[in-house]
Amino acid sequence: MSKKSYREAINEALRQEMERDPRVILMGEDVAGGMGSPGEDDAWGGPFGLTKGIMPIFGRDRVLDTPITESAFIGAAVGAAATGLRPVAELMFVDFFGVCFDQIFNQAAKFRYMFGGKAVTPLVVMTMYGAGLRKAAQHSQCLYPVFTHIPGLKVALPSNPYDAKGLLAQAIRDDDPVVFFQHNLLHDEQGEVPDESYTIPFGEADLTREGDDVTIVAFGRMVGFSNQVADKLAKEGIGCTVIDPRTTSPLDTDTILECVEETGRLVVVDEAHPRCSMATDIAALAAQHVFKALKGPIEQVTAPHAPVPFSPQLEDLYIPGPDKIEAAVRRAMAS
Amino acid sequence: MSEGIKPIVMPKWGLAMREGMVAKWLVEEGAELSGGDEILDIETSKIANVYESPVAGPLRRRLVGEGEIVPVGALLGVVADSSVSDAELDAFVARFQEEFAVHAAEAGAAAPEPETIEAGGRRFRYLALGEGEGPPIVFIHGFGGDLNNWQFNQEALAEGHATYAVDLPGHGGSSKDLSSGHVHIGALAGAVIDFLDAKNVGKAHLVGHSLGGAVALDLALNHPERVASATLVSSAGLGPEINVSYIDGFMQAKRRKQLEPVLAMLVADPDMVSREMIEDVLRFKRLDGVEAALNRIIDDNFAGGRQALDLTRRLGEVTVPVQVIWGRQDQIIPASHAEGLPASVPVHVFDDAGHMVHMEKAAEVNDLVKRFVNG
Amino acid sequence: MQLSREELLKAYRQMRTIRAFEDAVHEEFSAGNIPGFVHLYAGEEASGVGVCLHLMDHDYIASTHRGHGHCIAKGCDPKAMMAEIFGRKDGLCGGKGGSMHVADLSTGMMGANGIVGGGPPLICGAALSAKTLRTGGVAIAFVGDGGSNQGTTAESLNLAKVWNLPAIFVFEDNGYAESTASSWACAGDLVERGKAYGIPSRRVDGHDFFEVWDAAREAIERARSGGGPSVIHVKCARYYGHFEGDAMTYRGVGEVDEIKAERDCLKLFRQRVTEAGLLEAAQLDAIDQEAKRVIDQALAEAKAAPGPTAADLLTDVYASY
Repeated sequence: MSKKSYREAINEALRQEMERDPRVILMGEDVAGGMGSPGEDDAWGGPFGLTKGIMPIFGRDRVLDTPITESAFIGAAVGAAATGLRPVAELMFVDFFGVCFDQIFNQAAKFRYMFGGKAVTPLVVMTMYGAGLRKAAQHSQCLYPVFTHIPGLKVALPSNPYDAKGLLAQAIRDDDPVVFFQHNLLHDEQGEVPDESYTIPFGEADLTREGDDVTIVAFGRMVGFSNQVADKLAKEGIGCTVIDPRTTSPLDTDTILECVEETGRLVVVDEAHPRCSMATDIAALAAQHVFKALKGPIEQVTAPHAPVPFSPQLEDLYIPGPDKIEAAVRRAMAS
Repeated sequence: MSEGIKPIVMPKWGLAMREGMVAKWLVEEGAELSGGDEILDIETSKIANVYESPVAGPLRRRLVGEGEIVPVGALLGVVADSSVSDAELDAFVARFQEEFAVHAAEAGAAAPEPETIEAGGRRFRYLALGEGEGPPIVFIHGFGGDLNNWQFNQEALAEGHATYAVDLPGHGGSSKDLSSGHVHIGALAGAVIDFLDAKNVGKAHLVGHSLGGAVALDLALNHPERVASATLVSSAGLGPEINVSYIDGFMQAKRRKQLEPVLAMLVADPDMVSREMIEDVLRFKRLDGVEAALNRIIDDNFAGGRQALDLTRRLGEVTVPVQVIWGRQDQIIPASHAEGLPASVPVHVFDDAGHMVHMEKAAEVNDLVKRFVNG
Repeated sequence: MQLSREELLKAYRQMRTIRAFEDAVHEEFSAGNIPGFVHLYAGEEASGVGVCLHLMDHDYIASTHRGHGHCIAKGCDPKAMMAEIFGRKDGLCGGKGGSMHVADLSTGMMGANGIVGGGPPLICGAALSAKTLRTGGVAIAFVGDGGSNQGTTAESLNLAKVWNLPAIFVFEDNGYAESTASSWACAGDLVERGKAYGIPSRRVDGHDFFEVWDAAREAIERARSGGGPSVIHVKCARYYGHFEGDAMTYRGVGEVDEIKAERDCLKLFRQRVTEAGLLEAAQLDAIDQEAKRVIDQALAEAKAAPGPTAADLLTDVYASY
């Protein structure tokens, strides 16, 4: 057990899984870097260094840099998965899914079903998401609701280093196609992470704290914000349950609904856009299944229905931060 | 005069504990306390437990309200007899709070961490606390546990003694690969000897729980030269019965909801099982190799739903001091195993405790161990 | 390099089976018995068979929406295929895929694909698997003239080359992408396009089984020996519409009849092998009858077979959830 960053936890999961199973390969743009170039080999390890150090261990037969041709290499990862490999393909920013979504949602997601159960597609698409680095509209989106919508895909969003390593190991060992979302701003977060390999099952929410007054369901970076708010409100005697579902597909609805039933109040915090998001999904589930337990309207704290702005002041307004979460909890408490 | 004033502070249960919540006061201001009276329900992130008064006398002040969270070591109340005035009490409290603020900052940095050591071809994780002249006290946990099982005991017993709490093979931070060789009681005892050798410990006072108790007894019988005394807590090795549905449940549970009722079988009061305790066990079970390791231990020790080794008949021949502690409400290994033992073996059964009696009646158990090891 | 008698018989049997299969499906569809879309391969048999005759189960192919011929050529069971087209539970895909997604990974058939251009990236993946796992296998994408223009195709040619994959791209140019002529829609030349990526590329007459077979042999040897990808541009013709129900008003008057009379690949094959004394006409006749019998039986069984149940609706969405 030692303190590791979210980035190190992901790197460690990749290395350990690649050691454990020779069928696991890694591909993507600049996952090593320097391919064909005169300077340093393994020059980048991905744009944020997440995969650095892996190519020198496993070689370029198992760590493949790709040209900037998402439809071909994501599709290749799909085809490789269906024919005996266990690829981890990096889609640099989830905003780029537009140029390779067919391969993910029409091919990978549907092989097993369309082929009558006779296909196994153990693919992982690893991708970065989230606003806060001033990368503007085409490099800052969340978009996990879009993938959650597709039957046949699984979607994981770790909020901390322990979960990042365990969920990625699970994704790699999972026989279904998984899209693994890492938040750009969590890369330097530190946490206790076992040195040994481990997996965390999908569809098992993390109950990060329990309280009697309000249930907060939060995703990714929003989990930390929610716990900050919960710390502050605890001093006023307001007890918050904060649930991190860890995976949006499958979703641990049992835990969410049980906690809402106990507290009677629900606040969902989702950095994605407000239409057809995890917030609307969970609010609807609660309204449908535990309506009688609700003491008042469900609060949704989300980004606005707008592209991500560039200017720092605007981007800071865009992100659902602790202030907005606190206000929503107080509104929920008022009923 | 502060001699007559006895502070009651937030106890430190386990290494990781930094703060606790006063869930409920069980006594009123003015109540006359005896040492060991239950005075508070305290909740930490890891556990909920009752706190027994460390001191005797009238409870003059309750200083923390229900639901408040305070750091370890913070003042909860003061006990003082009527000869002490209110003004003196106020002064004491004020001074304590001032000094405490300073201490709290320092204390946080100094918490001891577990270490690892290679012994007999395996890695062992252990926590060393305390110093003392005589043989060290070595704590051996049970099936599915780890050195943290002793969080209410090790620190208390480390006063005046060197202590080690060790993770058995397959558990905690020790090696998980049990594929070579057996892991029956004798083999586990051999592993403990490897650990003692690596730490240059000639003789030790053993405190073993459940499976760890059988290990301790095995060592006492087969390696008496290494054992100064053995305290067997809810021990295996004293009869054939073992609760198979607990073991099956423990192995099969992959999610919190599945594990919670299983862990609740370990204690007399199911409220003791906290969310974080469940999470800690789940995190352990998720580690690669743990399932295989535990299955090997089950195969070698609990196959067919019964304990493989019964040392009761040999108890009469043991040459080192052995005592037995049990909880009457033990659902895992029945308290009846504590009956009918040779007269030379002191037996203490607590009516209001289950299998984790060393947690549920920590103060009493610590007292029994302290007196036993001190002769 | 010559084919043995067994290979020649097999080639003819496969082509005839495909023809019989597609003709039967055409009739059934006209009678209103088949649900959904079907896209028939009749006329193009020499292309699929000429390529797949070289392949083994551990070689992979990916097909287009016009996939029945590739399926049969790769060794899929025509009975199970017919049942699949009728949506039956014992169909090749349990009735869950249908004509456009008929597949059998156990014989290396990665599926017909409802997305134009869906195949090439998948085949890059199958080729990558073969290379990484050292199976010695190759992966072949059948692409239509329509699919040849897709971005996925361009990217896949590039990737196959830079990764030096044992991948082969067979452009089956039947002259029309839906109702649009390939001569209009395809800028430049498909062989030149392959060469532009540094990929050895060759054009063949898709009505001539032997020419296709020869080009495929060359490409497959190149791939198996680590020589990287190849492109084969097959000029062929489909007898039926883009989809069943297509009146083909965009084709020339008598265009199909003329091809059937002059350049039918089965007739040309028969002519070649009998004139060269390699096979007897009687042997080929026997195969014609046998193929008809097999397809008739497949049809009868498919029609009588039970459909999936309500419980099957939700199975196999995931391996586990």
